[in-house]
Amino acid sequence: MLPPLWLTLKVALLATLLAGVAGIGLGWWMARRRFPGHALADAFLMLPMVLPPTVLGYYLIVVVGRNGVLGRYLDQWFGIHLMFTWQGAVIAASIVSLPLIYKAARAAFEDADPRMVLAARTLGASELEIFLRISLPLAGRGVVAGLMLAFARAMGEFGATLMIAGNLPGKTQTLSIAVYDAVQAGNDAQALWLTLLISVVCMCVLMASSRLLQAQH
Amino acid sequence: MQRPSFFARALASGLCALALSSTLHAQELTVSAAASLTNAFQAIGQAYEKAHPGSRITFNFAASGPLLAQIQQGAPVDVFASADQETMNRAATARLLTDGTRADFAQNTLVVVVPSSATKTPQALQGLAGADFKRIATGTPATVPVGRYTMEAVQKAGLTDALHPRWIFGESVRQVLNYVARGEVDAGFVYRTDALIERDKTRIAFTVPTDNPVRYPIAQVASSKNADGARQFITFVRSAQGQDILGRYGFSKP
Repeated sequence: MLPPLWLTLKVALLATLLAGVAGIGLGWWMARRRFPGHALADAFLMLPMVLPPTVLGYYLIVVVGRNGVLGRYLDQWFGIHLMFTWQGAVIAASIVSLPLIYKAARAAFEDADPRMVLAARTLGASELEIFLRISLPLAGRGVVAGLMLAFARAMGEFGATLMIAGNLPGKTQTLSIAVYDAVQAGNDAQALWLTLLISVVCMCVLMASSRLLQAQH
Repeated sequence: MQRPSFFARALASGLCALALSSTLHAQELTVSAAASLTNAFQAIGQAYEKAHPGSRITFNFAASGPLLAQIQQGAPVDVFASADQETMNRAATARLLTDGTRADFAQNTLVVVVPSSATKTPQALQGLAGADFKRIATGTPATVPVGRYTMEAVQKAGLTDALHPRWIFGESVRQVLNYVARGEVDAGFVYRTDALIERDKTRIAFTVPTDNPVRYPIAQVASSKNADGARQFITFVRSAQGQDILGRYGFSKP
């Protein structure tokens, strides 16, 4: 019962990290710049939140599968396989949780007082310095909230993960897939324990995140 | 007297419609069948509906294990057809079947398939231990019969340890077939009838000898509300017409 828990935490943490870097960067970019196709880019970034996970899973198979448009080269050039590996589960989880961070970060950057940035610039700060020392701290609460939601979403990811990483006990079987597996096998006792375990872990994540946000207030 | 509100009347008429619709479809039959039977049973269903006007069959295809779990949890199923004897034995032990309705109706063989683009074709189970077959797919042994047949054959050949790190488990035999057809795995264990469906994308490498023949049992579910229909369907599957359709999809007689 514990291996799926560690695997789930590992996958969710790495996915949050990946989606965090991408989501915060994209949120900052989209908040500051206006360009033709801005609304289109915004809709594209939000797409993983509304598309059924099975559709995302299918896209992933077509793109990073062994014969996929990208997967073919990942395999030939680097020997990287994403199908049936926990790394594939990380990719799936980071894509579904990206919109949560992106949306929260973008809103937080847009809410920050633009005069602060202007003042820093007149004082000679570089763009990187402005981002790290002014924009990011000002948007902190929103970004952290987005990260927490993304982590929770990544932990519960099921559909796209099952399609790309499969159900391999000890290798790619996360908690949500272990619950599905136990129910499929008619193993109700196991399903109940896993369900209780995942409920407790999710409660802990939620309580920790509200603590964290209050402390920052 | 106060008139019933609009909401109450809408609710009442909705309930009446619901009750009416369930009596109208008394000839409705739900059949849970192993994934490997998908195409053959759909054809049998069409022929059955033609032969019994007014009847309607709803199919529920999945691996035999999940189908049993659904019936155990009270799913409204009339007929159950599994791809192995063991799953049906479990159903019988759990007293989920009507006594005297169980019968074998078809037989299949276990084969190893490779993607049609593959350069190497294994000749026997020992060949799968070679370096060319890093990923081999079969069904999850606990719930998918093809996985159980595979593990029995692999164990008998003394290859359990050699093949252990290479397994990719599918949720049903059709998922295993799909993995091979997409070239995501180097080889996969499916039934001959499945391999025939993906003739363009897969190639049969060899037939796997199994101790227990791949024999399909069918039975009426004890909780069925349409016992006559269930028995008629089972008779139809075992009739000359039903056997003819199964034969067309590559199944042999039990």
